[in-house]
Amino acid sequence: MTTTAGPRTVGVAHTRVEGRDKVTGAARYASEQPFDHLAHGWLVLSAIARGRVRAVGDAAVRAMPGVLAVFHSGNAPRLMTDYTSILGPPDPTLALFQHDRVPHQGWPVALVVAETPEQAREAAEALVVEYDEEPHDVAFHAGRPDTYIPEDANAVASKGDLEAELAASAVVVDASYTTPEEHHSAMEPHAVTARWDGGRLEVIDTNQGAMWVAGELAQLFSLDPSSVRVRSEHIGGAFGSKGVRPHQVAAVMAATELQRPVRLALTRRQTFAITGYRSPTAQRVRLGADPDGRLRALEHEALSLTSTLRPFVETSAVLGRVLYDARAHHTAHRLVDLDMPTPTWMRAPGEAPGSFALESALDELADRLGMDPIELRARNEPTVGPLSGLPFSSRDLLGCFREGARRFGWAERDPRPRSRREGRWLLGTGTAAATYPSGAAPSTASVTAEADGTFTVRITAADVGTGARTALTLIAAEALDVEPDRVTVRIGDSDFGPAWVAGGSMGTRSWSLAVSSAARELRGRLALADGDIPPEGITARTDTAGLLAELAKKERHSFGAQFAEVAVDVTTGEIRVRRMLGIFAAGRIVNPLTARSQLVGGMIWGLSMALHEEAVRDPASGGQLGADFANYHVAAHADVPAIEADFIDDPVPDDPVGVKGIGEIGIVGAAAAISNAVRHATGVRHRDLPLRPDRVLRAEEEAAAQHG
Amino acid sequence: MAPATPATASAITLTVNGEKHTLTVDHRTTLLDALRERLDLTGPKKGCDQGQCGACTVLVDGRRIVSCLELAVATEGRAVTTIEGVADGDALHPVQQAFLDLDGFQCGYCTPGQICSALAVLDEHAAGWPSAATPDVRPEAGPPPLTPEEIRERMSGNLCRCGAYVSIVQAVARAAEHRAGHPGHGAEATTESTTKESAA
Repeated sequence: MTTTAGPRTVGVAHTRVEGRDKVTGAARYASEQPFDHLAHGWLVLSAIARGRVRAVGDAAVRAMPGVLAVFHSGNAPRLMTDYTSILGPPDPTLALFQHDRVPHQGWPVALVVAETPEQAREAAEALVVEYDEEPHDVAFHAGRPDTYIPEDANAVASKGDLEAELAASAVVVDASYTTPEEHHSAMEPHAVTARWDGGRLEVIDTNQGAMWVAGELAQLFSLDPSSVRVRSEHIGGAFGSKGVRPHQVAAVMAATELQRPVRLALTRRQTFAITGYRSPTAQRVRLGADPDGRLRALEHEALSLTSTLRPFVETSAVLGRVLYDARAHHTAHRLVDLDMPTPTWMRAPGEAPGSFALESALDELADRLGMDPIELRARNEPTVGPLSGLPFSSRDLLGCFREGARRFGWAERDPRPRSRREGRWLLGTGTAAATYPSGAAPSTASVTAEADGTFTVRITAADVGTGARTALTLIAAEALDVEPDRVTVRIGDSDFGPAWVAGGSMGTRSWSLAVSSAARELRGRLALADGDIPPEGITARTDTAGLLAELAKKERHSFGAQFAEVAVDVTTGEIRVRRMLGIFAAGRIVNPLTARSQLVGGMIWGLSMALHEEAVRDPASGGQLGADFANYHVAAHADVPAIEADFIDDPVPDDPVGVKGIGEIGIVGAAAAISNAVRHATGVRHRDLPLRPDRVLRAEEEAAAQHG
Repeated sequence: MAPATPATASAITLTVNGEKHTLTVDHRTTLLDALRERLDLTGPKKGCDQGQCGACTVLVDGRRIVSCLELAVATEGRAVTTIEGVADGDALHPVQQAFLDLDGFQCGYCTPGQICSALAVLDEHAAGWPSAATPDVRPEAGPPPLTPEEIRERMSGNLCRCGAYVSIVQAVARAAEHRAGHPGHGAEATTESTTKESAA
């Protein structure tokens, strides 16, 4: 037997390169770097939901032990907020202390800086802020008269005559769904340390893009971009919430004014208030079909909320534009402005709540037609983008359903509701489709051949727990044709140059393109150098802007099929998820070990969304009731059963790396699969998340009353 | 650090990972803050600072506690073990090794707490402590098998937002087998299947 296998790189399971640091406690996060003369900041958030700050009683607080400074709208330095970053205009909360208006509960109204965290906290809690309060409105619900269509490229898409196709349909499903306000709840609360060092602003942060944060801080403080360095080595979860937030602005403001290092770590309660959230949604889906299940009409309308400051659209209605063929399509978003914080991206923004509505509606249609829900999807599989008409770069949704159905045992399923019982439990199974875009954005990277035979990759990537650092190590090793242990990947440093952020399931794909391209160029240079490497090494640097511009315009997405089995006790309202299986067609899988973790993690988010997560707004105060982990429950160990994710082959022929994003697709469709399983178990369709025990009980009572 | 006011501070000796440290702490300082801010032991994490997430879990006299709810001054004279004290030099503890090999974490922020909790779970189980998932809690029933259900119940004080629960449970099961003296592949033996074909 001859063994001529190449290096073990892409496609081989690798434990995380920083894994040892993480299991020994050696990995340092943003608030964990020691600095001499470190001062501690504490934010004071508004207690009202709308009005003005009349007075800040800072004199008394300045006299308290250890207090160094109090900043507020009456004394703060001016900031420049009229700019557009790589992710759009700045979040309105970044205009820290620039005016006395309070547009929502939790708006930062003051910053106290003291020698110790205890002193800062005590002083912040003692600070008396007086307000001129105005009436506020935080009531989100369908049917409000003051909704509007936002100016957003994704707001509306249509084709065909929807009403005519609905009228011509043999079966029409017309159903309304709601999802609640949800919060990212990364385990590491936002934290930052800022200091001036040798004429440069250095920021130790936890974020999804060090270059993004550095760029915005430079704009806000009118600094030369080269004089700002942001580092973000280890990030304790992000999920869309770790961009530029008021605490970074506050820390830089204080470090600049006091000329000493300042740390600011948000409390858990503060992260609920000022780091963004997913808007609640109210959605309506209308599906019209022929008796054979072919869709004539697909309509999906989604209402979400935004602040009075800036429109943010939760794009719940977009996934139908990719998933299903229909003669007529109408998908549209509406907004309502409330006295609420501005929502933001949260894992699978749009697709997560949208898939609950659309994939529940497909299941309702299958029920009405007496058709298997997988077969219904197969009958509506498009050959090109249903609205764009563009070809798919690769698409194997039905392959995911086939493999999933085989492994889940779908063929043995008795489709009749309430047909399985085990003691006090009614059992049911459900399925749903998943899809998420697979985009890429220009990024730069450098690869250095060191004199000692190793290689160093530098890229302003962020590993928010995705395994990106390890994936890029494997990508570089493959392109260099060396074992991964000869490659060191350095990330999370804005000095490494522009690169896309860890967001939109675009990070690893965008960075892989840059790293592999730089590595290939380096190999060319090394061939010319004939093995002669100077002490400083040989470095190749690339920018993928040109490469991406050449990529053909296609529908590029990951696809998946979600399966869930639930047990429902209709006398207590308790729902237990018994097992979940997700099969995904998600391009080339760089590291199967961490890719599975990503997808299973997303599916657990779907479980948590289906059963637990719900932020409750108090109409009286405009604030969130119980902004903590006791009242905002995210799935814990005991909620989570055996869950498996696996992949099918999904080659992308025209793509330089063939890598797709996998960070978000795991949550898409998962809540619908669970809700569809609950319908199968109990015979009751739920259209409002989460599937709380009281809702299960009420539905059971109503069903019993109907059947007399 | 400004000099602490004598009336609101005390000099204490903390024994952490076998080392004695004498320091003056504000009476309001929690054990977690003393470890992180004063002793530079940043392995214990601050996820919520109110006892709801478990990221700050450490062992005090061998038992797990959430160090954010313990005042530093109340810990004097007791043996504190943090994640930094779990490995034997360069050799990882079997629990740590299982977390690493089975990818029982993603962002890593809850990991030190999960591992410290897992260490205590194994001790509590070995000592015969029942849990809410134990079918028969009579003392004569003896320790229940450490099933995935048992592990999930016993680990439920440690939240993981990345959703690494499935592999954490496998890692704890593997470490338990190692401790019982028959280290096999572990995870395979205790992994429940979600699929019908292999469950049959």
